[in-house]
Amino acid sequence: MDLKEKLVSSFLAFENKGILDLDSSVHSIRTKAIQNFEKEGFPSKKDEEWKYTSLKPLLKHDFSLFSTNEKSIGFKNIENYLINDIESYTLIFIDGVFSSFLSDTTHDDCDVCVLSSALNRPKYKMIVDNYFNTIAKNNNSLSELNTAFTKEGAFINIPKNTIVPKPIQILNFSTGSEKEILLQPRNLVVVGENSHVQIIERHQNLSKNTTLTNSVTEIFVHKRAIVDYYKIQNDTENSSLIDSTFVSQKQQSVASVHTYSFGGKLTRNNLEFYHEGEHITSNLNGISILNGKQHVDNHTLVNHKFPNCESHELYKGIYADKSVGVFNGKVIVQQEAQKTNAFQQNNNILIDDGASINAKPQLEIFADDVKCSHGCTIGQLDESALFYMQSRGIPKKEAKALLLFAFGNDVVNKIKIPQLKTRITKLIAKNLGVNLGFEL
Amino acid sequence: MLSIKNLHANINDKEILKGINLEIKAGEVHAIMGPNGSGKSTLSAVIAGKEEYEVTEGSVFLNGEDLADLAPEERAHKGVFLSFQYPVEIPGVTVTNFIKTAINETRKGQGLEEFPAKEMLKLIREKADLLEIDRKFLSRSLNEGFSGGEKKRNEIFQMAMLEPKLAILDETDSGLDIDALKVVANGVNKLKSSDNAVLVITHYQRLLDYIVPDFVHVLYNGKIVKSGGKELALELEAKGYDWLK
Repeated sequence: MDLKEKLVSSFLAFENKGILDLDSSVHSIRTKAIQNFEKEGFPSKKDEEWKYTSLKPLLKHDFSLFSTNEKSIGFKNIENYLINDIESYTLIFIDGVFSSFLSDTTHDDCDVCVLSSALNRPKYKMIVDNYFNTIAKNNNSLSELNTAFTKEGAFINIPKNTIVPKPIQILNFSTGSEKEILLQPRNLVVVGENSHVQIIERHQNLSKNTTLTNSVTEIFVHKRAIVDYYKIQNDTENSSLIDSTFVSQKQQSVASVHTYSFGGKLTRNNLEFYHEGEHITSNLNGISILNGKQHVDNHTLVNHKFPNCESHELYKGIYADKSVGVFNGKVIVQQEAQKTNAFQQNNNILIDDGASINAKPQLEIFADDVKCSHGCTIGQLDESALFYMQSRGIPKKEAKALLLFAFGNDVVNKIKIPQLKTRITKLIAKNLGVNLGFEL
Repeated sequence: MLSIKNLHANINDKEILKGINLEIKAGEVHAIMGPNGSGKSTLSAVIAGKEEYEVTEGSVFLNGEDLADLAPEERAHKGVFLSFQYPVEIPGVTVTNFIKTAINETRKGQGLEEFPAKEMLKLIREKADLLEIDRKFLSRSLNEGFSGGEKKRNEIFQMAMLEPKLAILDETDSGLDIDALKVVANGVNKLKSSDNAVLVITHYQRLLDYIVPDFVHVLYNGKIVKSGGKELALELEAKGYDWLK
């Protein structure tokens, strides 16, 4: 039985487990989703959007769909993966199950809790009905698969006029309780008018066993709200991640998604922005630093539908050894979206001969009074700059690291949480194999 | 200090240096002059250890030590400094961070402790003042968008910070107006002592009015064809190079 058949045949048992009230509208959403997944199946390289990323080797694994053996995980097992020098709310999931013991949730001024309770409580029915699976719907077969098996994840609901006082950290751990596990976290974030929230998300495998995570996040940003969402991807070589994040923005809102890909066997990021009003700003920032045989695929979409909006996209990649990068950045400016400012930049450095990058900027502009630009570069380290630095006493390895640091610096500088910036800087230094005595 | 014997060097199998002999003692200033393509910049790059150049014959010794197998940074740690004709732009690294890294890596290479941050800052300010460098300039990205004069001034600023034993100034006067030239030359003169030496590589005699050499050598077609005192520079300025060919 292949993975698809296994998933489809497991669906009924999953539905009947009774984690939902029977009258929940989510039942029919899930049933629809599994039907769509059954029809579409997993994407293959024949699909234009998956031309450079093959899931085939991954799908050969005999994944467990749920963890049956609970492993006890204490704070000391996970603290290194938290940004723990700041106050924050935390949502910790262990093998797909929420750990209330390790987490720090709230219902005071805003809801920072779990999706399973939101799906079941009458109090949240309106929110679930209005938002859940409204942008992820019919998007791709992997998000359909996630929808069908929606069980747990972060539920963040910020009422209007609320500045969330501390960042929210969402951490998904796998413990190796199963030899091979498929995790499908589902996050729903709703940010009310004039509100502001910062979210940090991370997936981490604590064992050497195989983990595949198929994660879906829907983010709704209301009028004048500000959302900063940071994704730290620095997982083990036996871990793969397919992340689909959908952002829907109302007028004058600002949404920024930062993606830091430093590790993992295969990482696919689908990041999509949809505009539902004027004067919206969307920011997409990313750095990928890969080595070994790692593979990262960044697929982004900004869909400009209304006038006077802007989007700023900046993705940088540093590829060593035999690593592979993919950048596919699509910007659509619809006919009504006059006075759009859309900027896209993608710069890549290939350090070794075996590394490769497939870069594809895609601009579809149907309006005539717009400012759109895109730039894409693929290069190597500047040898003359290396010699210059060496001649000043800086050894080649440090000189290389300094150049690469400088290369990624403008992306790192966009991080608004200082402690997170320090952490990312350290992760970059670690990945480049140096210890620099200062922060850039 | 520097002893070059029968130095031959190639780039892409083309011989550029064809047997250079040069002795520089501590406390001396030497100037190398010569027409375009004579091998002046190659000589400076070979001394600094640029990998593209292949030394096929001869040797370069610094204070009795053979430089042949040393990487550029190791040569720097031993006290070689090359002021570039075209300093490289490094976006994202500030002048201050660059010089801090250079100094601490050099000290590490010399087996010394890191320079205390507070004193480093003091030293940076002191040397910046010496070269009339604006403080704001120190927090800009290295050489990015600098004018020709600013780049050269920044090179000498780094030299002042690193206090090399042997400073090679490769066409430091090119792109400088007369005021900037004076500032740069003044900086070099202040750094000169009986313990270090300076090798000035230039096309024109102009810089030598301000950095007065003890010896002048004429490089032509990969060889030193004539050596003399500072008056040789004036003679070259008047007669050109043709009479030496």
